[in-house]
Amino acid sequence: MKEFALIFRLNKESDAKPSPEQIQERMNWLGSIAAQNKLVDKGNTLSQVSAKTVRADKVITDGPYTEIKEFISGYLIVKTETIEEAVELAKANPIFKIGGNIEVRELVKLYDSK
Amino acid sequence: MSGNQALENELLPNLFRLEYSKMTAVLCRHFGLKHIEIAEDIASETFLKASEEWAINGIPENPIAWLYTVAKNKTKDYFKHLTIFEDQIKSEITTHAIQPELDWDFPQQTIADSQLAMIFAVCNPANSAEAQICLALQILCGFSIEEIANAFLTKTETIKKRLLRARTNLRNDKFQIRALSKTEIKSRLDTVLKTLYLLFNEGYFSKNNNQLIRKGLCFQAARLALTLTENPLTNTSQINALIALMCYQSSRLDARIDDKGETILFEEQDRQLWDKELIDKGNYYLVNACNEYESSKYHLEAGIAYWHTTSTDENKWQHILRLYNQLILIEYSPITALNRTFAFAKVYGYENAIPEAEKLNLTKNNFYHELLGYLYTDTNIGKAIDHYEKAIQLTKSKTEKQTLTKKIEKLNEKKISNT
Repeated sequence: MKEFALIFRLNKESDAKPSPEQIQERMNWLGSIAAQNKLVDKGNTLSQVSAKTVRADKVITDGPYTEIKEFISGYLIVKTETIEEAVELAKANPIFKIGGNIEVRELVKLYDSK
Repeated sequence: MSGNQALENELLPNLFRLEYSKMTAVLCRHFGLKHIEIAEDIASETFLKASEEWAINGIPENPIAWLYTVAKNKTKDYFKHLTIFEDQIKSEITTHAIQPELDWDFPQQTIADSQLAMIFAVCNPANSAEAQICLALQILCGFSIEEIANAFLTKTETIKKRLLRARTNLRNDKFQIRALSKTEIKSRLDTVLKTLYLLFNEGYFSKNNNQLIRKGLCFQAARLALTLTENPLTNTSQINALIALMCYQSSRLDARIDDKGETILFEEQDRQLWDKELIDKGNYYLVNACNEYESSKYHLEAGIAYWHTTSTDENKWQHILRLYNQLILIEYSPITALNRTFAFAKVYGYENAIPEAEKLNLTKNNFYHELLGYLYTDTNIGKAIDHYEKAIQLTKSKTEKQTLTKKIEKLNEKKISNT
């Protein structure tokens, strides 16, 4: 099994406050992954408001790091045999309905024991 | 078989279940954990004597008192022999730490205290959580190795090895069967809760058809759990949630088994048979459990069981699904995954739930095939039958095989009338 981080990105314009139905959809998606025993870490949702970015020379700006019009809204970690399987899990997430996207990245393990 | 014999055949195994572990715990007050085998031997011999004598002379008026009197005499004999052995033969070898207190009795309080202390002793952090639970089931509940293996869906060999190692750790522990300290309670309470939870489940979901034994086990677990509420140190939010769960589940004990010992599915149960008093008690303990900002798997499971007791709320299954979504995040188990999918089917329809169920891919689990058989019933009779047949192959329970065979028969009738 390999581990993959799913990194959720939302557009700045997308509505930050989800409806009860949207929450239920997300919980169902998460529950479904956990029910397949493929969830390693349910991760966290990241605040859009309480956020600062620290740059070189100790320059600190308010808000998350957003070079493009997207910000990371959360992450979690799944375990699957292949990256394709992790992508399949991501595909079912309701984030795409509100213009978001998901980055799938394998976790690099330095001391991988076989 | 005479009526008396029938009664005796029923009574002795039940008494064994209920009293063997208690007797061992009380005897351990005198022998210490180091010599737990002696305590167990005396308890076993006591029950052996009961089975022999009761077959000839009939059951005594007060069987429990009879058992404890025999145990007491056997212990006295043991110490007498030991003294002779130590004095005359083994005097040069260091005596071990057994403290005989010949002026002892078995008041209810001593029995309860001993057993509570014994639970905490058995849940020794030196052992893995799994080993602790196995040990608890064997020593506190009189479970056979096979029954433990069933409860964990593990091979008997694995359990045997686990118990052997765990017993060594238990013997070497300095834990004493006496009033418990704060630190002892803190470090061991989680495992104790889990053990009681599993003990209850072993009764509730037992493959044993004997309703009396099942009830006995559930009662044992609930009684032990209630003992914990009597001590302020162990009366936590979690234990209250666990008791609430036990009450809700117990309220359906009569409704879920028919007079032939077959399991009746939740939806087909006669709700008149649900014990209202136990449901009220469940509500009482659930309210107690929600006094703090604390959640646990026991809270979630009690919540799910609560919603099952309501039949009117139209959003019932949505609430249940939401709780299962949280429960599966706390702890994965195949059964939780399957139950979650069942709730999903209730909210989003059977057809939508089929891909959800198939994703679980628990092809060696009989309940997985039962669920798929159920979900396919209306849309694909052939597949439904296939899954039920696989479930029959996989289950060890006779009653389950019967229930499933009936379902297949019904489906076959439907198939014929459709063509």
